[in-house]
Amino acid sequence: MSTDERATVSLPVRNDADLMTVRQRVRTLAQELGFGLVQQTKLVTAASELARNTLIHGGGGSVTVDAVSDAQGRDGLTLTFRDEGSGITDVDRALRDGYSTAGGLGMGLSGSKRLVHEFSVDTALGEGTTVSVTLWRGHASHGPR
Amino acid sequence: MQPGASSVPVLDLGGILLISIQGELPDDAAVDLRTDVTLAVSETGARGVIIDISGLDMVDSFLARVLAEVAASARLLAAQAVLVGMRPSVAITLVELGLALPGLETSRTVIEAASRFGVEIRDRGDQPAARGTDRTPT
Ligand SMILES: Nc1ncnc2c1ncn2[C@@H]1O[C@H](COP(=O)(O)OP(=O)(O)OP(=O)(O)O)[C@@H](O)[C@H]1O
Ligand SMILES: [Mg+2]
Repeated sequence: MSTDERATVSLPVRNDADLMTVRQRVRTLAQELGFGLVQQTKLVTAASELARNTLIHGGGGSVTVDAVSDAQGRDGLTLTFRDEGSGITDVDRALRDGYSTAGGLGMGLSGSKRLVHEFSVDTALGEGTTVSVTLWRGHASHGPR
Repeated sequence: MQPGASSVPVLDLGGILLISIQGELPDDAAVDLRTDVTLAVSETGARGVIIDISGLDMVDSFLARVLAEVAASARLLAAQAVLVGMRPSVAITLVELGLALPGLETSRTVIEAASRFGVEIRDRGDQPAARGTDRTPT
């Protein structure tokens, strides 16, 4: 993906109140970029899931929000969640619906993946986890428009 | 009824409870809500619990789980929880997230939900019945 970065916002993910700030900022940025209401809601929901993972499983960290555009001129938002926690032992399993090591519903990671266009996990045991997601504006997240 | 720890007001409509969740709910408040509702059901002996979420622009898996747990505790106390007013954008997102909330009863409006329990709420006109819409508040 060739992207030219235009704006970056970095937010801490250290406590409950930070989760609310992340949701609000992502909502505002998505609105400003002209995302439709359903798309805004999908991105905010994915952000909430991933930020909570950063907080609860990763011991806290940060999220950066980048306004990006690709070679075809599509605008999008990339959210990158970083922590320096224990890392994910088995990413394939963690991405399965219903898999949770914390008594959760286990839908956060797998569900977020369905809500966005691009999704990647980079994790190393004992070093931390980075989850990056991108949603392009005005493009159904499944199949060709 | 006094607001409990969650600071979400629980209204006693005579046999049923009405809970309107307005705007952002911090995680700890969501957890307190479960306790508040359960206590309120047992204190009032309510048969029904109407949870109005027309004020929410997002429901993630954490909140979905709390809502499901509120309904489960209500059921153990012989009360039925009914979810009302989910916005279309929230419904689409929740289903795609994989959380269709199969255990939760739903109604279109608070009035409709109340009538399930034989409680009639008259629409005064000045207060439109809460209904989930994606209209952004102006
Ligand atoms: N940032 C992270 N650091 C370490 N482990 C993580 C991280 N994110 C996810 N995981 C692991 O992946 C599992 C699945 O995550 P997922 O978000 O799907 O479920 P959950 O957080 O356990 O429950 P919930 O449905 O409430 O989100 C977690 O239980 C955890 O073991
Ligand atoms: Mg999670």
